[in-house]
Amino acid sequence: MTFNEWLPVIFVGLMGFAVLVYAILDGYDLGVGILLPTAQAEEANRDTMIASIGPFWDANETWLVLAIGLLLIAFPAAHSIILKELYLPVAVMLVGLIMRGVAFDFRAKAAVDHKLAWDRIFKAGSILTALTQGYMLGKYVMGFTPGWASELFAVLSALCVTAAYGFIGSAWLVMKTETQLQKRAVNWTRLAGRISFIGVIAVCIVNPLVNPGVFDRWFDFPLVMFVLLIPALCFLAFLLNDMLLKRLPKAADRHCWVPFAFVVAIFLLCFTGLGFSFFPDIVPGQMTIWEAASATESLRFILVGAVVVIPVILAYTIFSYRVFQGKTTELRYY
Amino acid sequence: MLETLMLSRIQFAANISFHILFPTITIALGWILVYFKFRFDSSGNPVWMRAYRFWVKVFALTFALGVVSGITMSFQFGTNWPGFMETVGNIAGPLLGYEVLTAFFLEATFLGIMLFGINRVPSRVHTFAALMVAIGTTISAFWILALNSWMHTPTGFEMRDGVAFPTDWWEIIFNPSFPYRLTHMLIASGLTAAFFVAGLSAYRILKGDTKQAPKVALKTGLVLAAILAPTQAFVGDLHGLNTLEYQPQKIAAIEGIWETEKGAPLLLFALPDRENRENHMAIGIPKLASLILTHDWNGEIKGLNEFVGNHPPVAPLFWGFRLMVGIGLLMIATAWTGVYLMKRRDNLPRWYLRGLVVMTFSGWVATLAGWYVTEIGRQPWLVNGVLKTAEAVTTVPASHVGLSLALYLTVYAVLLWAYIHTLKVMSRRSVEIEEIPSAGGEPKAQNDAIALQTKGANV
Repeated sequence: MTFNEWLPVIFVGLMGFAVLVYAILDGYDLGVGILLPTAQAEEANRDTMIASIGPFWDANETWLVLAIGLLLIAFPAAHSIILKELYLPVAVMLVGLIMRGVAFDFRAKAAVDHKLAWDRIFKAGSILTALTQGYMLGKYVMGFTPGWASELFAVLSALCVTAAYGFIGSAWLVMKTETQLQKRAVNWTRLAGRISFIGVIAVCIVNPLVNPGVFDRWFDFPLVMFVLLIPALCFLAFLLNDMLLKRLPKAADRHCWVPFAFVVAIFLLCFTGLGFSFFPDIVPGQMTIWEAASATESLRFILVGAVVVIPVILAYTIFSYRVFQGKTTELRYY
Repeated sequence: MLETLMLSRIQFAANISFHILFPTITIALGWILVYFKFRFDSSGNPVWMRAYRFWVKVFALTFALGVVSGITMSFQFGTNWPGFMETVGNIAGPLLGYEVLTAFFLEATFLGIMLFGINRVPSRVHTFAALMVAIGTTISAFWILALNSWMHTPTGFEMRDGVAFPTDWWEIIFNPSFPYRLTHMLIASGLTAAFFVAGLSAYRILKGDTKQAPKVALKTGLVLAAILAPTQAFVGDLHGLNTLEYQPQKIAAIEGIWETEKGAPLLLFALPDRENRENHMAIGIPKLASLILTHDWNGEIKGLNEFVGNHPPVAPLFWGFRLMVGIGLLMIATAWTGVYLMKRRDNLPRWYLRGLVVMTFSGWVATLAGWYVTEIGRQPWLVNGVLKTAEAVTTVPASHVGLSLALYLTVYAVLLWAYIHTLKVMSRRSVEIEEIPSAGGEPKAQNDAIALQTKGANV
């Protein structure tokens, strides 16, 4: 392949990276929103939970803009098809994102008696966003085919993604919180982990059944020996995580960060599996990355910027996480 | 029943109008905060820190609204205007991509440190974070205005099989209208933030706030406005001359000139009549439009008769332009009166403060009016001479667009109300916070946020 033919591959790699980072980063802060307890008496817990994501949520959501931006820049034809198919769920997701984004800021600045209402909006917005993202993922995986089977799969996917965000959100809380809230987060992580596990199994069974191409690809001998490592490792990660969670929190808070690392690994494996199922299609069953790619002049121009800027972005993102490392403290503007 | 095209146009206008309100404030407010923080770092005077603390909270809220409405924008191209990306995606895509890469991450990441990191990093690192946020918002304006200007004055590309391909990125970015539009918008942001800061500070003082911080902020806003308002008149004039060169039909519509004429009058009032292609009840100053636009009393200005079927609607441009200029003149008068009064006495009179409160959101009105003039003035083209708006619209059914539009409008109405209401609550609350003198005699840096703290986290 020439360099020009490699360009779409590079860009689908970059886009995959952006989607994965988005799913992990916004995944944990959406997850915290999904788990937010809404009883009047839980205000202190809500404050801590929201404080744990306060400095990050803005930048986390930017990865979604980058992912959709890369789709738009590199694969405009696919961008048009996908967003047209997903017109209404996108609109609903955006409303969800708007609700949670503003609720986050309004909750502490509005009149005190409105705070709980904003917290509920934050939770509702988080759930709505997770459900619609999962729904869209399901529709995408099904290649936007109409019919009840595809709808059913999309609904299953919506529930799985919501559970997965809850999973990574609670693992984040295990790492960032202490005492009774941490103990509860451990229980949430176990529960969300088990639900996610069932969800992943269900998707793994249904996906090859409804997409014949996917089946052939996964069970193609001798590659099958190698690729089945992905689900095997994934299973192992679920299992070890569950065993570890039973013993958390430990003395001196050892290993509090490990569940989060496990969940990140699970996200990575599931994502690799999805990518493996469909590459090089950018719209499953309809369009490959080469068919959808934009002009090479444009791809080269943006690639230069991406190669220079993305490492810088990663560097200051790491810097920001280091500034706020350790257990969450109260958020203060001074 | 409205069709998909009209609904999509209304939806895009609603989304971008709502979105632009917040960056218009934050672009310049970011720099004002850097100024406050820098003054504190260099003088150690706690008044600057108190001014910073109040305004950084306003900034956080405004920024959040900008972010969420901006995410909506990033989806609009694909959902409603697929023809735009299919035809000019090779050009628009990279410009948007550079905005995300160089601006969005920078501002969003350093925002966390700017808002909540002041006790976790050295003061200078914190000031650096605030600076990065301000730079990020400005870079963002750079890229998006490059793209927008290119849609008005496209250069540096060639058409192959109906698709635009880039030939020269420098020409694409620095297209003919870009320097004027960028400057005009950045100053518009400066003026919007200046009157916003001055207006809310005046509101605090009127509500009985006797502390130094609102006075300092008020003065900063007024001085900034007094410098920027006349500068804007000058830059706006240059921008107009540039438009005359590249989009004469827009100028003809703004000035309500139906037939090409020499020594055209500057119309102060008129009722443009689309059917009969003429004005009613026109009141104007003879020859002034020719003088302003051509620097010649008898200069010729092309009329709309030269662009029949290919020019924008006249009434919205005619009135939008006059609204923008009217507010601009009011801004000059208000700012200069204020600076004059401040020189003469310590406390500004209450009638003047009330006037400032009325002007709090005047920048929003002028900015929106200006954008409506320039964007409606581009019609019927989406990209001038390259792609018509009607050719780019989606084939999604009108009912879906109607549904999403209703959803957005409802959410935006609630949010706008909540935003303005919350600003009032924050301002009133800050009035009640006491400044306690410290042992050193100097008023101690008192926590604005104590009142907030009583009820837990103060995000």
